Amino acid sequence: MKIAISSPDGKADSEFSGRFGRCEYFILMQTDTDEWEKVKNPARGSRGGSGPQVVQFLANQGVDVIISGRYGPNAYTALQASAVEPYLAQSGTPLDLLGAFREGKLRKAAGPSGPGHHR
Amino acid sequence: MMRIAIASGKGGTGKTTIAASLAQTLSREKSLSVLVSDCDVEGPNLHLYLQPDFKDTKPVFQMIPEVDNETCTGCGICADVCQFNAIVVLNDKPLVFPELCHGCGSCTLTCPEAAIREVPVKIGMLMRGPGKSQINLRQGTLDIGEPQAVPIISALKKWYFPEIPDLEIIDSPPGASCPVVEALRGADYVLLVTEPTPFGLHDLKQAYQVTEELGLHAGVIINRASFDEKGVREFCLNHDLPILLQIPLDQQIGEGIARGKTLVEIFPEYEEEFIDMYEDIKKRLLEC
Ligand code: SF4
Ligand code: SF4
Repeated sequence: MKIAISSPDGKADSEFSGRFGRCEYFILMQTDTDEWEKVKNPARGSRGGSGPQVVQFLANQGVDVIISGRYGPNAYTALQASAVEPYLAQSGTPLDLLGAFREGKLRKAAGPSGPGHHR
Repeated sequence: MMRIAIASGKGGTGKTTIAASLAQTLSREKSLSVLVSDCDVEGPNLHLYLQPDFKDTKPVFQMIPEVDNETCTGCGICADVCQFNAIVVLNDKPLVFPELCHGCGSCTLTCPEAAIREVPVKIGMLMRGPGKSQINLRQGTLDIGEPQAVPIISALKKWYFPEIPDLEIIDSPPGASCPVVEALRGADYVLLVTEPTPFGLHDLKQAYQVTEELGLHAGVIINRASFDEKGVREFCLNHDLPILLQIPLDQQIGEGIARGKTLVEIFPEYEEEFIDMYEDIKKRLLEC
């Protein structure tokens, strides 16, 4: 299984980022092999609609689960159309969050949170 | 026809009452035929002062792509070509976000399977009709929840009255973003309304920036003028911006406006000042 966690600096052992569409990096973790890599968020600088862009990007990377702090309405709509499952976290490093996810301690996002980003 | 636009970097500077007062004065005292265009489509309020009879109305539509899932192969080209991130392809199916779409038509044109067609979606309304003092008013309103002010403003400005007026007064939305640019485009002269405070100065600078970018002539009206106006004055001096009118901070004015009265209805002596300002603008436009 492949997990994506939003991150401000691309490091697996420093605090994750709660921002989904506009975080700097995603940490992609492979649960079977424990390997991880960082990827830059390609939609970070876009004027609007970064949420759906990111969902499309991560789905194309074969991601099964996303862990972030909140998902806007557009991002959530895109997530529902994809096979990617969004989970919520409040704090922790990507490594901590991976552990918490494995132990079943993270909650799945049941709907959008936070305001949408219009132009 | 002359076109004067009224703008300010933020809301609540008295832009609307100045637009209404200028229209009333020039219609009554100079017998000009005046058309007022309320481009503040997220909260048009000139109708409160001019009380028009909106005889004509017209909906504004935007074309939004609709994908035929039968013909679509999920190639993803539409998502690549959309500059506004309004389409993504997930699970080999395009998903359109209408509120992000600018109706540019690129996706429809580039889809190799011709699987996209455009369907009209209503985003707002235009209204027009005669009001007080024989002023014609037209206004646009954006439907609740629709984020796109620009297409409404551009449709409003293109919606001509059969008779061309002597003067059009455009009330711009507040701020300095795309809707303001759309409202000011094509104006002969822009009146920047500001307050003599540090915040007012900051907003004035931003609104001035827009007139500079569009290459428009501009002058300043200082509203609620009191003691602390050095910043605004210095800025005007340094940028060759004439201060055309100053309206003092006055409780009676504030109360009158709250009751739906325009400045010249509260203090008719301001008519003189508005006429002078209009003549001044005309002279300045001739000189350049
Ligand atoms: S470009 Fe056309 S065929 Fe390709 S995904 Fe978009 S709608 Fe489908
Ligand atoms: S019409 Fe233009 S803005 Fe709208 S989805 Fe198509 S390409 Fe994007």
